[in-house]
Amino acid sequence: MQPFELTDLGAGTKEMMLNMGPQHPSTHGVIKFVLRMDGEVVAALDPDVGFLHRSIEKIAEKLSYPDFMPYTDRVDYVAAMNCNFGYARVVEKLMKMEVPKRAEYIRVIVAELNRISSHLVSVGTFGNDIGAVTPFLYAIRDRELINDLLEMLCGARLTYNFVRIGGVAFDLPDTFKEKAIAFLDTLEPKLKEFNTLLSENRIFRERLAGVCVISKEDAVAYGVTGPNLRGSGVDWDLRRDEPYSVYPEVSFEVPVGGGLVGKVGDAFDRYWVRIKEMQESAKIVRQCLEQIPEGPIMAKIPRVLKPPAGDAFDRTEAPRGELGYYLVSDGSSKPQRLKIRTGSFAAVSIIPKIAPGWMIADIVALIGSLDIIAPEIDR
Amino acid sequence: MEIFLQEGLVLLKAALWAVALSLVMALVAGFLTYLERKVAGHMQARLGPNRVGPYGLLQFVADGVKLFLKEDLIPSDADAPLFRFGPYLVFVGSFAVFAVLPFGERIVATDLNIGLFYVLAITSIETVGLLMAGWASNNKWALLGAMRSAAQSISYEIPVGVSFLIPIVLAGSMSLQGIIHAQAGGFGLLGWNVFHNPFSLAAFFVGCTAMVAEINRTPFDLPEAESELVAGYNTEYSGMRFAFFFLAEYANIFVISMIAAAIFLGGWQLPSPFKDILPFGLVGSFVLLAKAAVLVFIVLWLRWTLPRVRVDQLMEVCWKYLTPMALVCLMGTAVWMWAFPGRIFFGLFGTA
Repeated sequence: MQPFELTDLGAGTKEMMLNMGPQHPSTHGVIKFVLRMDGEVVAALDPDVGFLHRSIEKIAEKLSYPDFMPYTDRVDYVAAMNCNFGYARVVEKLMKMEVPKRAEYIRVIVAELNRISSHLVSVGTFGNDIGAVTPFLYAIRDRELINDLLEMLCGARLTYNFVRIGGVAFDLPDTFKEKAIAFLDTLEPKLKEFNTLLSENRIFRERLAGVCVISKEDAVAYGVTGPNLRGSGVDWDLRRDEPYSVYPEVSFEVPVGGGLVGKVGDAFDRYWVRIKEMQESAKIVRQCLEQIPEGPIMAKIPRVLKPPAGDAFDRTEAPRGELGYYLVSDGSSKPQRLKIRTGSFAAVSIIPKIAPGWMIADIVALIGSLDIIAPEIDR
Repeated sequence: MEIFLQEGLVLLKAALWAVALSLVMALVAGFLTYLERKVAGHMQARLGPNRVGPYGLLQFVADGVKLFLKEDLIPSDADAPLFRFGPYLVFVGSFAVFAVLPFGERIVATDLNIGLFYVLAITSIETVGLLMAGWASNNKWALLGAMRSAAQSISYEIPVGVSFLIPIVLAGSMSLQGIIHAQAGGFGLLGWNVFHNPFSLAAFFVGCTAMVAEINRTPFDLPEAESELVAGYNTEYSGMRFAFFFLAEYANIFVISMIAAAIFLGGWQLPSPFKDILPFGLVGSFVLLAKAAVLVFIVLWLRWTLPRVRVDQLMEVCWKYLTPMALVCLMGTAVWMWAFPGRIFFGLFGTA
């Protein structure tokens, strides 16, 4: 599959401007893409973001450090744990705080469980974009079990507000370990079923093979991160290459796109990396549940957090790419400035580069395979 | 005087059939929407409709009432006359086929001697209606959907038409009753056209695939591809006019299943000693409906299992695979009829 070369035949035809969004089934949230179409083929694409802007970064300047934690849930509500985690880490870095080992393990467990649930949503909706409705329901059914697990832990199913600066809010309940292992045992066969239904489907593969290829160079140049970067064949994962928390103590593989059905970096590769990552995350959770030590779950922290004046940047590997928090403190109890760097924003920025020459059905596949999510773009 | 009386009787009969068939169509299409949601529900680990009536059976009545009570909305920039006319044309194209659908031996509104040809011709009207609706909506998504629909229907009519020719060649008749009668031999099973010879077996699959595409069902549902074109040609439609599209869509599933069951699966023919326990060949009617029901289920099953193909792949499937295969099947069947006149495949080895 190659993108179409658009040539003017001199027939006096005009390009058609088409608004894809802000209300469209495949934009995954309130995003608008202004397309210029030549028949079914896209000549140019212009993303129009900002519909979901909630001034989260500005709100941070008005709240004390711990009070901002619930807002990080809303940065990416499909993977709220990972957003909590990143924010807690950057404040701890600024304050040079030591976090108890048990808390770090719990954080990794919930972050990886949340990664599985986020990827399930991602591959499910991706199938829906390609026209297969049923796998989406299956993915949501399996995600429900993770929601149950996390609800058991912190009472919330979507916006957890679970990680605290200096630790976590609650210890693991008594039955958590066996229930989590029971879930992980069912995940593997469920993924196999999912693969038979979707990944190995001939139509699905033909639709995605060689479609919307993002080259290694482009991916790096545009700052694309996470599964999208690895789908393009770049072997880079923060959890392994810039290890943080307890990731050095567990072993896992980093799946990289290899052009399984088409070219390296096509839509199928990005999808396949996510399927593989779910299996790796399951491995990590299993090891953490085995290795988790006893001990406190919160560090001793002062009643009012006043980090020393200065700045800190910390990045973690969230399901949608690197999630970076840049924090400037003036020594008071509120941040002077907080900047959030998200994977989806970089992913959206590469769409206009890749889109021209592909058909509208491929654009839907491109958007779906990049797994962008509107709140994370706009914050 | 007598002539007027005769004319009047013919008209009365036609009117009665029309009323009966429109009831049948409404019921069948309504029940199919229920069935689709129920099948989808169970395939997707859900329950499907179960609130209105026993097992949710009356859900389609509730839906119908809701749609008919809705405000009749025409976008201000739409081409109002065409916008109004489109859905009726689609509905008529689908409803007119019911006139020749065989519901059993001699249970048919009119047994046209050009039955299958009539089916092909009258269903083509639907494309005009879809194009009209998409164009008149003055909506770019609707326009894209209408264009896709036109391209798709025109392309897929060819494999459908060619595969329809095979039962015609085998039966020597275009009448649906005649084609079913011709499939009587071989204990009521081996005489079916699908078992007649290897080419007609292939033609059955080619024809069914092409017919699924012809009525815009998944995996060929591009004209209303939800995740790409929002809702395709019916993006701007709501209420009663939308109900007409919906009715036609589900009636079409029934129509193609009935036709495939009639011309390939032997219609009311069955290997059974019970075929005379009910009067008027009613056992045959049930057999025919049962065969159609199996095909209907397969069409629903496909929708909830398969992803959608892309536009270029759609055309590729039609022109590069289905059309040549249908032509080969037609040639093969013709050669078969010349080499083994009037003999079925299994009849070559035995006494059937």
